Amino acid sequence: MIYAQSPLAIGLFITFVLFVLGLSFYLARRTTSAAGYYAAGGQIHWFTNGIAFAGDYLSAASFLGICGMIATAGYDGWMYSIGYLAGWMVALFLVAEPMKRLGKYTFTDALDSKFNSKGIQLMAAISTLAISVFYLIPQMVGAGVLVQPLLGMPHWVGVVIVGIVVTIIVATAGMASTTYVQFFKGALLLVFTTIVVVGVLTRGLTTQPDAGGRKAYHQFQNLQASVDESGTLSVPGYAPVANWQQTPYGKAGFVKLTKGDESSVWRVLQTPEGIELEEALTMTKLPDGTKLYNGADKHAGKFFPVGHIKELKVDGKAVAETGPVGPLAYLSALKDSTIVLWGKAYVKEGDVTTTVFYQKPTPGARMLRPGLKFKVDNATGTQKFNFISLMLALFCGTAALPHILIRYYTVPSQAAARKSTIVGIAAIGFFYVLTLFMGIGAMTNGVINLTDNNMSAPLLALSFGVVLFAIISSIAFSTVLGTVSGLIVASSGAIAHDLMDNFLGMKMTDKGKVLAGKISALVIGCIAIYLGIVFEGMNVSFLVGWAFAVAASANLPAILMILFWKKTTAQGVAASILVGLTSALGLILVSPDMWVRYGLLPQDAPISFNSPALISIPASFLALIIVSLLTQKSAVTEDAAETAGA
Amino acid sequence: MGHGPAVKLGKDNASGYKTRLGIIMFIVYTLSYAVFVGINAVKPSLMQTIVAGQTLAVLYGFFLIVFALVLAVIYNRMCNAAEARLNR
Repeated sequence: MIYAQSPLAIGLFITFVLFVLGLSFYLARRTTSAAGYYAAGGQIHWFTNGIAFAGDYLSAASFLGICGMIATAGYDGWMYSIGYLAGWMVALFLVAEPMKRLGKYTFTDALDSKFNSKGIQLMAAISTLAISVFYLIPQMVGAGVLVQPLLGMPHWVGVVIVGIVVTIIVATAGMASTTYVQFFKGALLLVFTTIVVVGVLTRGLTTQPDAGGRKAYHQFQNLQASVDESGTLSVPGYAPVANWQQTPYGKAGFVKLTKGDESSVWRVLQTPEGIELEEALTMTKLPDGTKLYNGADKHAGKFFPVGHIKELKVDGKAVAETGPVGPLAYLSALKDSTIVLWGKAYVKEGDVTTTVFYQKPTPGARMLRPGLKFKVDNATGTQKFNFISLMLALFCGTAALPHILIRYYTVPSQAAARKSTIVGIAAIGFFYVLTLFMGIGAMTNGVINLTDNNMSAPLLALSFGVVLFAIISSIAFSTVLGTVSGLIVASSGAIAHDLMDNFLGMKMTDKGKVLAGKISALVIGCIAIYLGIVFEGMNVSFLVGWAFAVAASANLPAILMILFWKKTTAQGVAASILVGLTSALGLILVSPDMWVRYGLLPQDAPISFNSPALISIPASFLALIIVSLLTQKSAVTEDAAETAGA
Repeated sequence: MGHGPAVKLGKDNASGYKTRLGIIMFIVYTLSYAVFVGINAVKPSLMQTIVAGQTLAVLYGFFLIVFALVLAVIYNRMCNAAEARLNR
């Protein structure tokens, strides 16, 4: 087994949880008003709010997902970092100050500030809830996934722990406790990822990664083989394989060898000297659901962590190691070297499916540019459309995420909103630079678990010792706490403030509004726990992509047009949210990726692209413009009536 | 209706100036991001070009992150100056 359960990690996590719970109960005594609960009284310092932005935004998807993606696909993983950060420029230049000026507790307030429209209140609340739930599910499932290997507890325990802690955080002091949890989480994340990256650079690059002498890297073998006239493949020390090319493995370019009771899978390479076999790794799923890792139980330790440099060059000369290097020298040496990445192939033998992981030596310069994950080289029109649409969603999604936007209400002024965004950009930008080195560090230090690359960052930390591993693991848990608490605040605001107070017009005292918010948080917390357990075992990270696409399509056009187009009407805004929400979701549901999830063939999907933003964002803008132009008369009449009544 | 800011905000005479400045800076940054996406979509092999010892992709990525921060700081300074000048 690749992971090690750490009592220190458990201890640190418990310490962090007790600290934030104590802080929440302390702050709860000062949170008696609706403004205090939903907006922390609007008195958070801009620097604290800026780091809390980072704590809110850098979810498990950023911390674990991007590092894992860079570790296995190089630069393409970092493209997410670049796109996510670019989205903050939309927030700073167009959204930050108006959002502070127009809104009170929720994102709906800002949209509805000059209309008092039931349509906007309903649509914006639905949009907030949809986006928050899409974001919430992967975080809760992630909590369960983290708790299994690191703490040795079942999935549901992790989900319940996180759900209960987060619900207490939110239900005690609302946005005040949430802000400080996110602040501490953001600060810890920045400090300790910096320490890991300093460790990576100090260790430098080597062709023999050994975790600083802690753990020898598995030496992947190459064998010479020969084929006789009858087609039998012979390898010294292994049983000959007759008609090997006709087997399911042979057809996929592999061969299965046996030595005594043990079998292993090798990739077949044609070389000038003949046939060479290269060691591969396998994960076999048996009909009863049992998984075998390199033919054995996962605890047998036969499924090795991977990630190494095949040929290391510095200034054109081959070397065994670089020693400590600076960040630019690190990337420069990598660019001139050859790194072993890993491909994946599926082999089916009756009811047994085996995933074969094989080596793919890749020039460093090729790995340090796009194209290993995204199909951009010799791409079809659809593939280019997909790529551009994804980058558009990343760019437009950030400034439209409700749980991010409500942070603008926690500071005392527009200038503070602006400054806190800049602090957030600095913190998040710095973190995203670190992700590149963490991902590549995992790629070259022999720590990647090919069956779950999300664990690359904690496992990289483990290569520096169990203390750093325990700290990074407990930070990974706190990452979930910070993001989920923000999502629950946003959702409880949508229910208690937007729907109950504004849309349904339920008359509540200030204390009643706080109580409604707390009860809503409790209900959403229970739903989050339920969803986290129900979705166990499912790869739900794609839902974060849904959240970005829906936010970019449903919310951003409405926000921008309210700010910059005077003819915008309430009906136009409601129509824009409706069209953005339904078109983005509709296109996602009929996409090739979803067709695969339904168990169908992707080529049978009604559309050929996966990312909807390039269609759904313009559609949302168009809906707003058309409906606003069609409803100008009623807007003028309403204005006149307001003037007469004043 | 429960709208309006959670805290009382003073009148901001610099609001119009800051909006115009924000739009200009947004356009500048969006163009640099669009060129980045465009190169990757149309001629990704160009991103493997070595410039100053790094691939263009790495340099452009760092540029977009650093440029974001530089623009943000300039924007903040200009907004601060405008607020000091117009909100006396």
